[in-house]
Amino acid sequence: MKRRNFVAKSSFGGLAALLGVDIVYKNVMPAGYTPVALQDSDPFKLFNKDKGMIVLNDKPWNIEAQAHLLDDKVTPNKSIFIRNNGLIPEEIDVENWTLTIDGESVQQEKTYSLAELKSKFKHHTYQLTLECGGNGRSEFDPPAKGNQWTIGAVYCASWTGVRLRDVLEDVGIKDDAVYFGYHAADLHLSRDPTKEPISRGAPMSKALQDETILAFQMNGVDIPLAHGYPLRVIAGGWPASVSGKWLQRINIRNIVHDGTKMTGTAYRVPCKPVAPGEKVADEDMCIIESMPVKSLITYPKSGATLSKGKKLKIRGHAWAGELEVAKMEYSIDFGATWNTCVIEKPANRLAWQHFSAQISFPQEGYYEVWAKATDSNGISQPMLLPGWNPKGYLNNACHRIAVKIA
Amino acid sequence: MKMQNHDNLKRNFQRLYRKIILASVVVTIGGIALIYFIFDSSLSAFKGNEPETEIVEIPVDDDFGKIENGIHVSTGFIEAPGMVETIQNCTNCHSAKLVMQNRMNQERWKSTIKWMQETQNLWDLGENEAVIINYLVTNYPPKKKGRREVLADIEWYQLEE
Repeated sequence: MKRRNFVAKSSFGGLAALLGVDIVYKNVMPAGYTPVALQDSDPFKLFNKDKGMIVLNDKPWNIEAQAHLLDDKVTPNKSIFIRNNGLIPEEIDVENWTLTIDGESVQQEKTYSLAELKSKFKHHTYQLTLECGGNGRSEFDPPAKGNQWTIGAVYCASWTGVRLRDVLEDVGIKDDAVYFGYHAADLHLSRDPTKEPISRGAPMSKALQDETILAFQMNGVDIPLAHGYPLRVIAGGWPASVSGKWLQRINIRNIVHDGTKMTGTAYRVPCKPVAPGEKVADEDMCIIESMPVKSLITYPKSGATLSKGKKLKIRGHAWAGELEVAKMEYSIDFGATWNTCVIEKPANRLAWQHFSAQISFPQEGYYEVWAKATDSNGISQPMLLPGWNPKGYLNNACHRIAVKIA
Repeated sequence: MKMQNHDNLKRNFQRLYRKIILASVVVTIGGIALIYFIFDSSLSAFKGNEPETEIVEIPVDDDFGKIENGIHVSTGFIEAPGMVETIQNCTNCHSAKLVMQNRMNQERWKSTIKWMQETQNLWDLGENEAVIINYLVTNYPPKKKGRREVLADIEWYQLEE
């Protein structure tokens, strides 16, 4: 990462001058600007991702999986989506990396080195589902602003770290604490050091859950750089943006955290339902907490053709934010009839659950297999798009695959 | 008038193209020397903690101005009046991919630009604002999707079990 930046810097002056655009950039673009022409062209190599991943955006990097790439029970790095609000830190000084806990509601500010965090507190490992709040945005009409995620901004990896609760007990938290907010080492897209790309958080009740951890390992190894190396707070079941990467500081606030992307319309939906395209004032937007019930058919890949009389085995995963998935069904007649799938219990709370079924088709032809999960409160996925919202969050409409019987 | 502008743009691009080739040669030679130098230092700095991100190729695009089948190859933008202004003003902080993904009308682009100026350090676009918005709404108009779209681009294959 370091190299790339250095080379880009050295060539910027000459290139920009030749482009004839240096007047435009001069006063506003800092020296570190990387011209498009000099950005790394192979993100698959750069981040060790499957070639089937879809690059939505290369500055900042935003890459999503496809349903069939998410077939593993525990998602390997190669199929994990990348969502960045800013630029990935260029230098990680792991030897001197520290985490500071401060804010209005700490009894005293305290700083830990990585080694201290690892040695002082008990380690825990959980499989935790992380889904981008904007997963499925591409389906909203009228279109919502932002990266047009389809279905691949979700995964369930195994995270190892220490409980945030244990660390906060060591620090000492005042009774008036209401929210935690993170601060991290990523850079704002404009490279303005006074700006943070993102600084989100969650209420103390989420901070104190067993499964809310300060993780230093993903799937048993150091967290890959794009996913938050060397330290990341993980809050499973909530929009993945609550799980701040490259973690350096946690504020314990006596108000709802007001960091970047906590306010305005970011990661918020209208408090009351609105018509498609309706304007919503900032004060009428509410912060997204638990993600809604959802599922994905990860096998077979859409487009399967099989011969008449053969049964189709399907499988996939289902998740329900803070809740558990209680029922899983499939339909091959566009919802006219539903059949039950076998659904496993989660490996731990907030882990996605695996389902499977065997399907018989009545005759030759074109079919769609639709999957529908129902959470422990009896709420199911809609077959149509859920309520429109200005930023296109929380699309948990049923996933479906095309199948042909020939 | 529009056509003339268009031709001028084309000529500008050809000129730009020649300059870029020259620049790229210089950049490449300088780059290779630098890469070698930096390769060493970053290896020792990372101590193998993130080995996969260490192997970074540094491609230098020789053809920044190249247009193929009406598409500006480097950015993917449709070649049309306003493209140059859009590249110059809208691909510095984020890539062209983010621009092309977003389908908005004039009013929503205006408010998006305002938001970028208020929060993201975007500069005053002056006369270019209208040119850019016109380019975007003309070439990347919103598409009606309804409540659920038909499955498209299905790649059929024989499932063997």
